Amino acid sequence: MDSVQLFTRQTKAISIAHRSLLIIESIPGIRYNEIVDVQLGTGETRTGQVIEVGKKTTVVQVFGGVSEVDLQNSRVQYKGETLKLPVSPDILGRIFDGSGTPIDGGPPIVAEDYLDINGVPANPASRMPPAEFIETGISAIDGLNVLVRGQKLPIFSGSGLPHNKIAAQILRQAALRGKAEDFAIVFAAIGVSYDDAAYFISNLEETGALSRAIGFINTASSPVIERLSTPRLALTAAEYLAWEQDMHVLVILTDITNYCDALRELAAMRGEIPSRRGYPGYMYTDLASMYERAGRIAGREGSVTILPILTMPDDDITHPIADLTGYITEGQIVLSRGLERKRIYPPIDVFLSLSRMMKEGIGEGNTREDHNNVFMQSYAVYAEGNYLREISTVIGSEALSDRDKVYLSAADRFERTFISQAEHERRSVEETLGIAWNIFSMLHKEDLKLIQEEYIKKYLPEPS
Amino acid sequence: MAITGRIWRVSGPVVIADDMRGSQVYEVVDVGEQRLTGEIIALEGDKAVIQVYEDTVGLRVGEPVVGTGEILMVELGPGMVGNIYDGVQRSLITMMDDIGDFLTRGARTHALDREKKWHFTPTVKAGDVVEEGDIIGTVPETGLIEHKVMVPIGLQGTIRNISEGDFTVEETIAILDHKGKESPLKLMQRWPARKPRIYKQRFFPEDLLVTGTRIIDYLFPLALGGKAAIPGGFGTGKTVNLQQMARWSQTHLNIYVGCGERGNEMADVLYSFKKLRDPATDRLLQEKEIFIANTSNMPVVAREISIYLGITMAEYFRDMGYDVLLVADSTSRWAEAMREIGARLEETPGEEGFPTYLGSRLASFYERSGRVTCMGRPERMGSATVIGSVSPPGADFSEPVTQSTLRIIDALYSLDVALANRRHFPTISWLQSYSMYADSVDKWWNRISKDYTDVRNRTLIILQNEADLEEIVRLVGPEALPEDDKLLLLVARMIREDFLMQSAYHPVDTYSPPERSHKMLSTIIRFYDVAKEMAESGMLVSEIAQSKLIPRISRMKDIPHDQIDDYVNSLRTDMDKGLIAEEGGI
Ligand SMILES: Nc1ncnc2c1ncn2[C@@H]1O[C@H](COP(=O)(O)OP(=O)(O)OP(=O)(O)O)[C@@H](O)[C@H]1O
Ligand SMILES: [Mg+2]
Repeated sequence: MDSVQLFTRQTKAISIAHRSLLIIESIPGIRYNEIVDVQLGTGETRTGQVIEVGKKTTVVQVFGGVSEVDLQNSRVQYKGETLKLPVSPDILGRIFDGSGTPIDGGPPIVAEDYLDINGVPANPASRMPPAEFIETGISAIDGLNVLVRGQKLPIFSGSGLPHNKIAAQILRQAALRGKAEDFAIVFAAIGVSYDDAAYFISNLEETGALSRAIGFINTASSPVIERLSTPRLALTAAEYLAWEQDMHVLVILTDITNYCDALRELAAMRGEIPSRRGYPGYMYTDLASMYERAGRIAGREGSVTILPILTMPDDDITHPIADLTGYITEGQIVLSRGLERKRIYPPIDVFLSLSRMMKEGIGEGNTREDHNNVFMQSYAVYAEGNYLREISTVIGSEALSDRDKVYLSAADRFERTFISQAEHERRSVEETLGIAWNIFSMLHKEDLKLIQEEYIKKYLPEPS
Repeated sequence: MAITGRIWRVSGPVVIADDMRGSQVYEVVDVGEQRLTGEIIALEGDKAVIQVYEDTVGLRVGEPVVGTGEILMVELGPGMVGNIYDGVQRSLITMMDDIGDFLTRGARTHALDREKKWHFTPTVKAGDVVEEGDIIGTVPETGLIEHKVMVPIGLQGTIRNISEGDFTVEETIAILDHKGKESPLKLMQRWPARKPRIYKQRFFPEDLLVTGTRIIDYLFPLALGGKAAIPGGFGTGKTVNLQQMARWSQTHLNIYVGCGERGNEMADVLYSFKKLRDPATDRLLQEKEIFIANTSNMPVVAREISIYLGITMAEYFRDMGYDVLLVADSTSRWAEAMREIGARLEETPGEEGFPTYLGSRLASFYERSGRVTCMGRPERMGSATVIGSVSPPGADFSEPVTQSTLRIIDALYSLDVALANRRHFPTISWLQSYSMYADSVDKWWNRISKDYTDVRNRTLIILQNEADLEEIVRLVGPEALPEDDKLLLLVARMIREDFLMQSAYHPVDTYSPPERSHKMLSTIIRFYDVAKEMAESGMLVSEIAQSKLIPRISRMKDIPHDQIDDYVNSLRTDMDKGLIAEEGGI
């Protein structure tokens, strides 16, 4: 793209201003998707983007809407560029708004480079499958839904559920086993309340991680359009740190639901034909263009791991925001209102949760040899107990056989001792597996069908 | 002379150019100064509507659009096997060397290496008269694929020069003389991406396609040349199932199309195929695999064409007389690409915004599967089997892509979210799946065992009965059932856990050959018969459930392939001795 503009490219020939769109007579050289400044008669300047360019007319979407745009005095200035983030190692420890402007009172970034916030897709053949276990210290994750470097693993939550607490706990505790490496945290607040954003920042401050973190903050009162740029700025910063500075970067994006609602709002303003529940038909592709920026590249040191957080409207996992996210990410950690009501923290629904990158990250050399077996057996036991709990609500638990009663109490114990832990408790993966083995010791040895005999001999404690 | 027009309008991946009179629909054009690859999809007066296979950000009105005079062609010849292509058949391996780890725009590469020499051995000689489809020689492409070099469709005549030697794909290996008109033959030929390749005759599929997945091979068998779909919500196992099939299927060649899915998943497939070996030949799997990767963050339009690229390659190897399997993950992303382009063209949408031609496009894709007699000589049969995954929004199968697909395919592997939640894998529902090939492959199975039909039928009935009893259990509890129902539930559970459950990650169990599958299931059914006798003679099911045979049955999965015969034989011997009673002590 031309870096120097030899002539100003501006025009006053706006013919229509409608919803968030301006229809403008074309001038030569306009680029598809370039950024424009819209100068209002009032002196205010708004940002816009070319969403269609033709020989006669150009369509610009104005971020912040077209209120107060008048067709006589407003001017459109074409910038010849897409949105870019200035980068240098100095961005660590800084806080920006959703347009990439520092809001922490610090000096502007002296850029080494300007990176397009949309990124460039990685060549699938250059990728390396994620495989390094990240110990979060949370049993429901480390034991059953393992997070690995380069993975994208969202938290599916509901309003009022403690997703922020859990994310903060992960941020505090996450580490590779036995290694201290260059890591960084990139945090994007998308349309969340000021308090939520402040919660994360003070958390990072307390643990002393703020100097290794970057924040991009778009609160509920910031411009809606910047909800779309905020996560992209964050991911661009993350990619810069991972691919140029060899760092392992953990990206938190919260709340994707606000992002999707902004996407829907802007699509509606363009008069597009909506798909499910009014969200645009390309939302899968749009979300993928962000989530897919996680990964590892063969021959490069760094990695990008993404933890998006979303609140499911009405706790509905089939809602398009959760559904499309689940179709793109490598699993999901789902929070349960039922467990929350039982006062279990973290209220992670292990049935609905999943980590697809788990198999590479566990086992001998990563965690422990018996991990995969313990994982499968835990699900089998908990599923069986849970099923019996369901039918016993109708028929009463007295009507169950002795074997079934054992499963019933194993499921309870699973929730109370395995899933449940304290907010500041960091369990090693050995401790996590040990708790599972304690639960297995309640059952008949023959029922441990999914565990190899040698591990049973080695790890099964005597029945208590 | 190439036609050169100018960009007139840009809207997403769709570009309109003017001054394009003389172009043809489906012609490939270079768009803009960066020469992005595009394809004309409609002509109106001097304007051409172009879909662009790369990101159009930054394009300007007035930039040049240059016609190539050619429609979109697939390059076919040695060098495809083991390669990884994007949707427009650019080799991603070459791109890695040429432009690095990220896919910047405007890069160009040939699908087939232009420098590499292949050893060609003719099977015809000068003076022979040949026609379209005739095999004129072979090239050892990989340790598993002998590439048959065929006379391109549309050519015939007398072979003039032909000789053994080392050739690049563009060098002339033979001259064909048809009434004085000479055509050079090469190792490479080209075929229009969207056009089905021709064959002589089509037959109903009747040979089992061995996938190594028990529930498929045994209960809902797929046949060579068949067409099947795997619908399921997110995380239910579509990709793992398709990967398993692409790994273990006893076919000659597999084509894996990642259409709008994950980059990490592709990386995983690519890495694992470099290490894993084909069970029948012990050769590396990548020697019988072609990969097409157009991940969800790569351009949407290229997703649309990637499916045609894959099926054209499948037909080409079918035409050599091979059994080819194509897996496409996910056809829903393909359909969404059509929807996105349709919306940009302001077409009148059908259901849920999908284009009205969704059903016919899906049908014409699946219809390109089949078992056929190939064009040319020697007489040979080949097959192309197609399996597509479907990703219904909200796991709701009533949506248009699932419904259109159901009308076309002959085998359905319906994935069940509830099974995924309790980690019963594969999650293929035994109540909702079906295969129309079951009757025709029955003959194949009966060569393995005469009992097959009976064991299969009884298993399906047990599982159906279990489902019926399940409702009663929820009302009265399992303890209130009569003894014979309790036994049925016990056996149904054994079928589910010890036969149907099969972990893709288990070192042995990941691939289950048909003989092994039959041994496992018939052992469980035999247990049922013995246990029934015991129950009739007064033994309680709660006692039967303590039998030491049961854990031995569930360990069958862990037994290595070369020991399974002995293991099952001793299990059967003990069972026939009626050991249930003696060893069953509590
Ligand atoms: N046969 C299997 N054996 C063991 N685990 C399996 C099997 N099938 C699926 N899984 C587990 O389920 C997870 C999800 O499977 P998969 O990625 O294939 O789902 P999917 O249907 O393709 O989802 P999406 O539509 O989101 O791509 C896997 O990561 C794996 O953990
Ligand atoms: Mg998948």
